[in-house]
Amino acid sequence: MTTNTTNTTGMNNAAAISQTPPRRKNSALQTVGTVLFWCLIAVILFYVLFPFYWAIKTSLTPSGDLAQNALKWWPSSTTFDNYVQVFKGQPFARNLLNSLVVASGTVIISLLLAALSSYALGKFRFRFKTALMYTILGVSVFPQIAVLGGMFTTIRSLGLYNTWAGLMLSYMIFTVPFTVWVMTSFVRDIPNELEEAALVDGASPLQTLFRVLLPVMTPALITTGLLGFINCWNEYLFALTFTSSDSARTVPVSIGSFSGASIYENPFAQIMAASVVVTIPLIVLVLIFQKRIVSGLTAGAVKG
Amino acid sequence: MTVPVDVTMRPKQKAGIESTRARTAVWLLAPTLIVLALVAGYPLFRTFYLAFTDATFENPGKFVGFDNFLFKADDGTWVGLLTDPAWWESVVNTVRFTIGSVLFETLLGLAFALVINSKIRGKGLLRTAILVPWAIPTVVSAQMWNWMYQDNLGILSQWGQSLGWLKVGQSFLSNPNTSLWALVAVDIWKTTPFMALLLLAGLQSIPSDMYEAAEVDGASKVRQFFRLTLPLLSPALLVALIFRTLDALRVFDMPYVVKGYAPDTLTMSMFARQQLIDNQSLGAGSAVSLLVFLIIMLFTVIYVTTLRVRFD
Repeated sequence: MTTNTTNTTGMNNAAAISQTPPRRKNSALQTVGTVLFWCLIAVILFYVLFPFYWAIKTSLTPSGDLAQNALKWWPSSTTFDNYVQVFKGQPFARNLLNSLVVASGTVIISLLLAALSSYALGKFRFRFKTALMYTILGVSVFPQIAVLGGMFTTIRSLGLYNTWAGLMLSYMIFTVPFTVWVMTSFVRDIPNELEEAALVDGASPLQTLFRVLLPVMTPALITTGLLGFINCWNEYLFALTFTSSDSARTVPVSIGSFSGASIYENPFAQIMAASVVVTIPLIVLVLIFQKRIVSGLTAGAVKG
Repeated sequence: MTVPVDVTMRPKQKAGIESTRARTAVWLLAPTLIVLALVAGYPLFRTFYLAFTDATFENPGKFVGFDNFLFKADDGTWVGLLTDPAWWESVVNTVRFTIGSVLFETLLGLAFALVINSKIRGKGLLRTAILVPWAIPTVVSAQMWNWMYQDNLGILSQWGQSLGWLKVGQSFLSNPNTSLWALVAVDIWKTTPFMALLLLAGLQSIPSDMYEAAEVDGASKVRQFFRLTLPLLSPALLVALIFRTLDALRVFDMPYVVKGYAPDTLTMSMFARQQLIDNQSLGAGSAVSLLVFLIIMLFTVIYVTTLRVRFD
């Protein structure tokens, strides 16, 4: 009993470790502390999850009833009609396809570039490497608005306005620096022996990269690719500016300017349905790859 | 951490191998550098060039020097972007938005991180849960909150009205005194998890024997936090602060989706896009973009030099 108490509450109660007499008082305090702590956790959980719950609830409420039931905590009757209307009322499926193609295409190209350059930045020594790393970091924190005018004229003069290719090209401004930066921090940690062994066996640098290092880099590639995918999937400013019709318009633009199937219904039931549709896959992905995402995020930002 | 690859080589071989490897590195980097030059370097250069022209969508325009920023009109008054009250209002909005959101995100993120880092059960659940706001696309979270902020049907307006903070039929968004802070609240909700995860990684890198030593010396929990946790966390804290500040200064999507180009919540990036795309004046709009870029670079330089941040 006593050893258990010290173990589970070590952080909460310091005195328990060194002093024996006041233990009884401490354990009473501990119980209060633990209860308060659980309340704190409950408050945090509510704060973090409530808006999402509210969106799901609204999306299941028949849009005709929304005026009466909007403020109720539980839906009084549920319907999937809003989800059907999202796909019937507007080309939402096309928007999803656009987002999927643009995000995947951008990520695949970026990962290929990042595999090559992170090998160079992580395992080679050469002049200007630090300067180069700082430049890449600089580009990744660069405000998108700073290139908007130039990108707009570039994309128009290349004839890529309102196309998948135009969006992919513009998205690379943030995916390439990001993937290179994160991959470099992963490659740096791969043991040198692996590369040395390949070099001793007479492998060329490209063979070393693709035959020896790439299999080791696969988990990192998945993590980085996933984070890059999420960034592209969520991008709004470029998608809004460089598209003019649903042939290339992505999901965020569609949701941002959603008007619903008919003007007589409150469009929010459908907006929430559309929101849930695009969010659920992301949440599932994030939950599956939780550990990796957290390590990828922190590798990208903290470790540098 | 990285040991040079060629420690075992003899000096004579070493020089040759070094230069061969340097050449290989250049080839490996070339595709990335070319792409970056095309998608980042050239558009940035184009924007800077356009900022000094009077170009529009139809008209390539001519070089006008600093006229987009400031020039003396025929009647002797100064006109241009730097005298435009709408621009300065957007600067003020953006700075207030940034200070508000970064400050609260840091405090809240630190609190989340400390809770998750404690030894209580249920912290795994918490760490998973805080990933939800992070995973929700910005535009989607903007619409979710937009719905909760609706005048009559929004749950937050309802709470505000029943607490007497708002008049009936009013919302935090429609009231110009609170609208910016209503948007700050959305940003805090969305980005606190990111902050918490970064700070959590920082907390977990603090060796636990330090706390044991502090325990033995009889330091209180509060004292441990201020004397041990906070100083050791400061590198992670600073990097997180920089990333979040730069992000907040360039904010566009969330305020745009919720409030459109409403003047009480117009940010610098929104002002730039309004000039550039909606008014179709590439020259004047690019001038705004250039200023936004310079302001953000200024913040970066101040941060990196005064706080002496080291990324490696």
